[in-house]
Amino acid sequence: MYGYGGTIVRINLETGEIGRSPTPETFAREWLGARGFVAKTIYDEVPRDADPLGPENLFIIAPGVLTGSFAPCGSKVGFGCVSPLTNGHADSNMGGHLGPELKFAGYDMIVFERISPKPVYLFVDDDTIELRPAEQYWGMGSLDLEARMKKDLGEDFQIATIGPAGENGVAFACITHDFGRQAGRCGVGAVMGSKKIKAIAVRGTRSLPVHDLPGLTKHTYDIIQRTKTHPNMEPWQKYGTALFVSWANEHGCFPSRNFQTTVHEGWEGISGEKLAEEVLVTHKACFGCWMNCGKYSRARIPGKPDAYLEGPEYETIALCGGSCGMTDIHHVAYANYLCDNLGLDTMSGGNIVGFAMECFQRGIITQKDLEGHELRWGNIDDFEHFLRMIAARRGIGETFSHGTRAAAQKLGRGTIEFAEQAKGMEFSGYDTRWYSAQLLSYCTSDIGAHHNRSWAITADIELGQDTPVGKAPVVIYLQHIRPLFDTWPCCRLFWGELDVTPEEHAEAIKYLTGWAMTIEESMRVSEKIWNLTRAHYLERNGGPGRKHDVAPLRQLEERIPNGPAEGRKVGTENFEYMLNDYYANRGWDRDGNPTREVLELLGLKHAADNLEKRGLLGKPIPGGIPKVRGQKLKPKAM
Amino acid sequence: MRIKVDKSRCTGCKLCQQICTIEHYHEINPKKAAIHIGAEFPAPGVFTPMLCVQCGACARACPEIAIERTGNDGAFVIDPSKCTNCGVCIETCPIGVMYSHADAPTPIKCDLCLKCTEVCNTGALTVVDTPRATSR
Repeated sequence: MYGYGGTIVRINLETGEIGRSPTPETFAREWLGARGFVAKTIYDEVPRDADPLGPENLFIIAPGVLTGSFAPCGSKVGFGCVSPLTNGHADSNMGGHLGPELKFAGYDMIVFERISPKPVYLFVDDDTIELRPAEQYWGMGSLDLEARMKKDLGEDFQIATIGPAGENGVAFACITHDFGRQAGRCGVGAVMGSKKIKAIAVRGTRSLPVHDLPGLTKHTYDIIQRTKTHPNMEPWQKYGTALFVSWANEHGCFPSRNFQTTVHEGWEGISGEKLAEEVLVTHKACFGCWMNCGKYSRARIPGKPDAYLEGPEYETIALCGGSCGMTDIHHVAYANYLCDNLGLDTMSGGNIVGFAMECFQRGIITQKDLEGHELRWGNIDDFEHFLRMIAARRGIGETFSHGTRAAAQKLGRGTIEFAEQAKGMEFSGYDTRWYSAQLLSYCTSDIGAHHNRSWAITADIELGQDTPVGKAPVVIYLQHIRPLFDTWPCCRLFWGELDVTPEEHAEAIKYLTGWAMTIEESMRVSEKIWNLTRAHYLERNGGPGRKHDVAPLRQLEERIPNGPAEGRKVGTENFEYMLNDYYANRGWDRDGNPTREVLELLGLKHAADNLEKRGLLGKPIPGGIPKVRGQKLKPKAM
Repeated sequence: MRIKVDKSRCTGCKLCQQICTIEHYHEINPKKAAIHIGAEFPAPGVFTPMLCVQCGACARACPEIAIERTGNDGAFVIDPSKCTNCGVCIETCPIGVMYSHADAPTPIKCDLCLKCTEVCNTGALTVVDTPRATSR
């Protein structure tokens, strides 16, 4: 088979048994890779009552068809499991070089089963696959360990690690690679840690089998030459995602002090421009990317050691920076480093610390809870102490280590009203009170409030910021197109910022595999995955679906106090309108449960049967489901 | 002409390595490329593209006289019909830019095809005119 590594590996961590089998072409074509491989395997194999951190959960690594190819930015690799943060389907992906290395070693998916009796790391060197002892690495920081393993094994190994937070089962622990690329969300690092896998080291020296290499080469070569002069190229190369900081403040969607308002006093100090002036060391790209949005930086704070890190990216600046009240780019960069080395997602991590800071502001937690420390807005020492409490699950850090929702449920006293999360997943760095399509995106997402499932900020502007009308169909389209980039997988930014079309990405699959695969076929795979992971969520968490698609009260009913979006809120009535519209446009019933008609149309009869057995299947829609589900809209670059 | 390397502009994307192996082996395999990228991380955070500067030391050392100036603009090129893959050139290279790969029949060196400079989008690899390829 062309375009793939060719082999799927299964590792029983309990017995040490390692099995290999050829990647079936039918499986590859039906699910494409990464997020698709993960969704299908997790749905089929993990028992619905399995503890996310227990032996029955699986932990999966999967590149996909575009990974490691000359197709535009085929850098991505997916990780999957059931999430300890949301108790639903989990997938999270990273760029860098790990996925391509796996493909060059010949692998399309590695499935880890059970739990290792002792800490191990996975060693892959072409045909050699071994579980090696990792006691000597246990307890090390993610970044420290990568540097150590590069010395131990050689520069040409690609390495992914977890930090202490992953070892300790913090529900939003991440996986780190290439000194700063993360599979950050859903707590995939905690599941890796629960299985006692400290790291993955891969070297692949083989060539990728390609169906039509001259075709692929010309295709990508032409795209490179065309996009070199795109107007977005220069700012993205210069500032990366951090260039969005100024825009988000000017447009009233930047989270400040745990989303208390949406323009951040002092944002100029943590902007992309400040990053480039103050902390930037070098620009850094993922495999096969000519836009190099990665920024590698050094934080210098008197009294602390210099810290090297990749970032801070927009999301980190928004959540560790704005949401925690910071105004100094060195502090944000240092916070980024702390999260990375401890093995915590900077997004959930920043969001949670911001939430805790508001709890401290309101006197809900006090110095007594914080081992004598405070938790003041913008104070990096307070941030560091509290973050270390979370990573170690020490004292009140244990309460917060399960995520914002769980912490609010335990703290009580109305804290859930300002816990900015959906399905237990902390909000990305966008307030939604003037961006209702983004709120709908967060709340209907299978993994919770992650912007990568659907980034609708500029779509909101296009459709009208003060109306809920017309938002749902666009959100559905975005929920199919954006996650598709996690399925092929490749970076979405060439589409979003450089106008490389989805059709062009899909065409690369044709050259790689020889399949006559259209963009429509890819989109259908994406919709199928969306419905499958919805079914999975309901089967694990019960129904109706609507009861899980819930927005934080702050976003619905608390008016923004100042700034460009002053006075705005989404409003409960508007939100309910959008949900109704969304379910109808998806072919789900009014309770938010998928119907047999839509599931069978997508080839998911078994999911319909499973839902029916549990009383979770949507009631048939009078007049049938919509023929077209979702409305195409390419969001403008900012 | 020669390829000028500005390591401060290298982002480690490996596009140069991919196009190199596509051009020379009709394969995608960065580990077979005639250009390697050194990466010093976490500190100081520097990428260093490393490739042949056409000094000719390999040609002078080759016992089979298999390396001759038959390439683009007088670049030194390995003649596979003469090369025995003995590895003397790899040992001799003063800057360590003669590479090898288990699947490659000969050592791997840059022949100044310049494809890498066409895909590099940061200015890390550019073509500069010089009178002779031997120029450093």
